[in-house]
Amino acid sequence: MTAKTRQPVLTAAGPAGDAPGWQARLARLYDSDICYSFRHAPLVVAAALLFLLMIFAAVFAPWLAPTNPYDLKTLNLLDSLLPPIWVEGSDPRFLLGTDSQGGGILSLIMYGARVSLTVGALAVSVSVSLGITLGLVSGYIGGKIDAVIMRIADIQLTFPSLLMALLIGGITGSVLPDRLQAQFAIPVVILALGVSHWPHFARLVRGGTIVEKEKDYIAAARLIGRSPFAIMFRQVLPNVLNPVLVLATLDVAFAVMGEATLSFLGFGVPPTQPSLGTLIRNGYAFLFSGEWWIVIFPSLTLVILVVAVNIIGDWLRDALNPKLR
Amino acid sequence: MTAFITRRTLQASGVLVVVSFIGFLLFTFTGDPVASILGLDATPADRDALRGRLGLDDPFILRYLTYALNAAQGEFGISYATARPVEEVIVERLPATIELAAVAVLFSLAIGIPLGVYTALNRDRWLARFVMTVSIVGVSLPTFVVGILLIFLFAVGLGWLPSFGRGEVVKLGWWSTGLLTVSGLKALIMPALSLAIAQSALVARLVRAEMIEVLRADFIKFARARGLRNRAVHFHHALRNTMIPIVTVTGIQLGFLFAFSIVAEAVFQWPGMGLLFLQSLGKTDVPVMSAFLILVAFFFVIINLAVDLLYMVIDPRLRIRHEIAEGVAGS
Repeated sequence: MTAKTRQPVLTAAGPAGDAPGWQARLARLYDSDICYSFRHAPLVVAAALLFLLMIFAAVFAPWLAPTNPYDLKTLNLLDSLLPPIWVEGSDPRFLLGTDSQGGGILSLIMYGARVSLTVGALAVSVSVSLGITLGLVSGYIGGKIDAVIMRIADIQLTFPSLLMALLIGGITGSVLPDRLQAQFAIPVVILALGVSHWPHFARLVRGGTIVEKEKDYIAAARLIGRSPFAIMFRQVLPNVLNPVLVLATLDVAFAVMGEATLSFLGFGVPPTQPSLGTLIRNGYAFLFSGEWWIVIFPSLTLVILVVAVNIIGDWLRDALNPKLR
Repeated sequence: MTAFITRRTLQASGVLVVVSFIGFLLFTFTGDPVASILGLDATPADRDALRGRLGLDDPFILRYLTYALNAAQGEFGISYATARPVEEVIVERLPATIELAAVAVLFSLAIGIPLGVYTALNRDRWLARFVMTVSIVGVSLPTFVVGILLIFLFAVGLGWLPSFGRGEVVKLGWWSTGLLTVSGLKALIMPALSLAIAQSALVARLVRAEMIEVLRADFIKFARARGLRNRAVHFHHALRNTMIPIVTVTGIQLGFLFAFSIVAEAVFQWPGMGLLFLQSLGKTDVPVMSAFLILVAFFFVIINLAVDLLYMVIDPRLRIRHEIAEGVAGS
């Protein structure tokens, strides 16, 4: 079995130009500089594993969580405010204790991380799509359109994105009539976070586009009469996408942090579908009455998530920077 | 130099016009000031009279110009929630936020610069590496989580510091300061630290990166060759040349601290602008929201302008470069 899977790997080192199989590609990836530096950075490996574990736990929360904190039938007020199991007076069913409704903190965190990561990922997709579109148009067409778009980006970059998101989210929220507020709370958060971060992506894409558009294959595409939009999205985009994907991955951490901050301030995800930020907001009141676990564990989860992504990002920046090799 | 300042000031005023317009739009299209002021059981005649008095029947552009002119003179209308002039409410809250942000900047520079210099000079020591790893954690800590952890440790656990409010304040004219009383200083420590921790990690990383870059430069080699002492080389030659990015970052930081002070003020119930803004968002107090928006924009524009000008003070090379550029443009 192992011999069979090994064989193509050995042949992949043979004549160049062969279309390599997936094993060969994996082998090449394993031997690549970036993977070598990954394997030799134990902290980064640990962070990556932790990050994957958290995503896994969040995605499969309905199947993995010990209890369902949103199933009112299973909630029992007699279970409320139980401490974590290593503290006296705890219940072995609830590893990290319970909140005021009797929901297990561990389960709440898993479900909360699910909402947080979803909102984060969607917010990043908003900024990526906005950034790619505006960056491509700006870089490829140039001229006045470029000047206008980049001016707006510059102005927006001088404001902290959190403030921007808070303004967009808070103002949209307060403009909407009350009955729509709860319904649109999550889309508003996604939009606010997404819009607050597009300039980073737009700048990156614009820079790449300006380099690419001078190349021969673009001239060829123009010559055979492709429309500018087809060239932008079919020819230029695939060649400028790599750094965008890297930045997007890292940006999820910032979006999650932004979502948590907005929710903590009360302008984010509604309490009916708690995210990590909402959990921290709800638990904050209990900090002073001694039930510290309700707020501390969601806070730590958020910190670990963001730290893990930042460690990976920090390593990736160095690994991708040829100057530092 | 003058041309540069003029150009930047023009750009800055452009930004302010746009933001004040957004603030005005917000003002015009959200909520009904007449209903907010008179309540629901006013007569139509009363409403019409108030509409006329507030100038709501004037054409759109005229209303914007009135709004902008008033804003330029520091008048932002009447707050719906407190029925007091907005500028009065803001002036009351401003000192708290400025003191918080200023102390937080001091903290972050006082922690960040020494750590950055140390880690740059002792790159291979384990302590320096440890500091760098911890700084990644520092950069990623959300302000409100730091605040909560600090409260958990020092207010709930140890009981050393108050968990909310500003403590006793002393009035110096219209400025109320918490810096002159013991309870005021104690109340300031945790909010300022929760803002400063992430920023100091950022400063440390920046100073380290710049310092390493500068230490490789030729003039450092020459300074060493001249037989200067290490201390002179490190602090007079190297650190001085890292000042430009530090000034930029401190400028940007002031802005960020202003934004994040909203969060810190919410955690610590600090009676500043941030808390005021959050309350106005919650109550749809549009005049306060618009005023805050315009003030923040004003603040940022001033910071950016100041940072650009400081560059030239610090780095004489930039001054010459600008003069050359202007000379070319002028000829």
